Amino acid sequence: MNIIKNKMIYFIISIAVILIGIGFMAFNYSNGNGLFNFDIQFIGGTSITANNLGEGFSNDDISNIISEVINEEGQIQRVGDTSVNIKTKSLDDTQITDIKNKIREKYGIEDNTIEVTTISATISGEMQEKAFLAVAVSCIAMLIYVSLRFRDFKIGASCIIALLHDALIVLACYAIFRIPLNNSFIAAILTVLGYSINASIVIFDRLRENKRRLGSRDSENVMNISIKQSMRRSLYTSLTTFFTILALYIFGVQSVKEFALPIVVGIICGTYSSVFLAGSLWYIFDSFKKGPKRSR
Amino acid sequence: MKRKNMIILIILLIAALGMSAISYFGIDAPELGLNKTLSAENIKKGLDLSGGVYIVYQAKDSEGNLMNDPSGDDMSAASQLLRTRLDLSGWTDGEVSIEGGNRLRVEIPGIDNAEEAIKGIGQAGVLAFLDETGNVVVSGDKVANASVGISDSGTGKAGYYCINLEFNSEGAGDFKTATENNIGKPIYITLDGVPLSWPTVQNVIPNGRATITGEFGKEEATTLANLINSGSLPFSLEVIEQQSIGATLGADALSTSLFAGLVGIILVIIFMIIFYRFSGIAADWALIIYLSAELIILNGLNITLTLPGIAGIILSVGMAVDANVIIFERIKEELSAGRTLRLALENGFSRAFPAIVDSNITTLIACAVLFWLGTGPIRGFAQTLAIGIVLSMFTALVITRFIVKGFVGVGIKNPKFFGGK
Repeated sequence: MNIIKNKMIYFIISIAVILIGIGFMAFNYSNGNGLFNFDIQFIGGTSITANNLGEGFSNDDISNIISEVINEEGQIQRVGDTSVNIKTKSLDDTQITDIKNKIREKYGIEDNTIEVTTISATISGEMQEKAFLAVAVSCIAMLIYVSLRFRDFKIGASCIIALLHDALIVLACYAIFRIPLNNSFIAAILTVLGYSINASIVIFDRLRENKRRLGSRDSENVMNISIKQSMRRSLYTSLTTFFTILALYIFGVQSVKEFALPIVVGIICGTYSSVFLAGSLWYIFDSFKKGPKRSR
Repeated sequence: MKRKNMIILIILLIAALGMSAISYFGIDAPELGLNKTLSAENIKKGLDLSGGVYIVYQAKDSEGNLMNDPSGDDMSAASQLLRTRLDLSGWTDGEVSIEGGNRLRVEIPGIDNAEEAIKGIGQAGVLAFLDETGNVVVSGDKVANASVGISDSGTGKAGYYCINLEFNSEGAGDFKTATENNIGKPIYITLDGVPLSWPTVQNVIPNGRATITGEFGKEEATTLANLINSGSLPFSLEVIEQQSIGATLGADALSTSLFAGLVGIILVIIFMIIFYRFSGIAADWALIIYLSAELIILNGLNITLTLPGIAGIILSVGMAVDANVIIFERIKEELSAGRTLRLALENGFSRAFPAIVDSNITTLIACAVLFWLGTGPIRGFAQTLAIGIVLSMFTALVITRFIVKGFVGVGIKNPKFFGGK
């Protein structure tokens, strides 16, 4: 298996997945659903989740209740069989109390099974900034750290491009599965970044060692050997982490599922990008430096 | 040699069993005031697990604009105000914290209704100075500042703290009249109708500068000064974020996550034994020490466990064995290259070291960014993950090494047991 030689295939696969994500975003956007399923933490508003409504409840009844109070229908989404999530513009306390009382009366449920969150526009504006800042700052910090540790900027750059790729795939996953983009989005994406760079580092650590042993003339060969030597490790550790996070996805409550799914996806694509992309990128950068003649 | 290794293994076995027992049952010693201390169920739980309400306030000026940099003194005064209101409403386990210098986060566990809580604690404080008959003699907005000072024998009892009150020019006039009419009588300082202090007027104060003396400790005096300031805050508080979480839902979230964690951990343990045999057992052994240590440390440092925090711990289990996998794969390689078991183990641990440290540091970088930018539960996630990474690096590199060497030392020497062929 010559990964470096077949690098174009892997690049194309990655680009295709990212394009599919962008396609979904465009499709949703043109249908008026927004690029992502932005939760109120990103766009502001009130979110009301009522649980234990019984299986027979209908979305129309709920939207009637909402429009009685605020003259607009709100966004209504079933969560599992007996719960509903309602998103509206920011409501004040009287409106919220009103809606809660009406739902309680209609379905005979307790106050403590209704969860309400209100986020003002101040916070939501900040969230978008913070999400971007979080990815940018961690990538720059990791770029600096890796470049210094390996004394090779090419390695740092390859790792970070692979990371940005992972971030894009995770974003695509949010777009495709319409996972609500909320508070835990930042945590999920940073976890993926922090985790997926590990595999790249292990590979480059091998490269460092093999170059000492085999010399650095035949970059393609040395890189291939390094990837192969760390292949099983890359696979196994992804598996152990995969087990734990998959268990969370299967058994967890809704909010945990929404947090676990992107991480599951991130672990898979992080392993992929470390094995198939990071090394190839380094090879390309390395050939540039040596000049086109010796690049083969 | 054999004996020494046996002792090491026994010590580590006791450590694993003892630490698991502590993290599960806690330490019960009523005579020392310990009740299930350090047990997992004693870990402080966040609102998303215990149920409750949180409200985030931001300062808003008189024109209705949100303020980004109110003064630190005003913020602590506002925080004191909310704290007092929580206590007055009977929510004594509620907490108030200042977030990012311009916000106040109020967390109240165990209640269902954020709207009611906001009504109870949200409005601006009404400060007033009343005479004995209950008439307002100076209104609270005429206080310019209240600060803490130290009494000397000239102004009060030496060595105690006092509160220096300063009125604005209008307030100075009102206060002069008030002191003229009430010499020898108390003036009540009230916040939202609750008397905070009732100093007796000793003489007429014409210049708007008064001192409240008494046997105040530093903390008492600071609280009183903050509360007086809170009644004359230059801003009001606007709710910018609120959430209520039902207690049953929180409990559900906790139990399902714990179950998920258990399943994940058992899978990891089985995986390691199947693929790495005795090395795998050593890794699992270290993993158990790591997990109980993490729980005990969360408890000891009084870190609040949130739902993402649990996810962080469970995730860190998967990552914890990562270091071991790197080491064991290395050992396998060294064995198949024909090295002796002793040398293979030695090389495996030492050669895997830099990769393990580097990869953990990058994850720590992500945690640091998350802690810096995150609020509430997300910070909990960053904390548990960071503690997990540091701890697991230690258990994977040091504890596992002791155990593996111990195995070899007591006579488990067949390379097959460590992944060789």
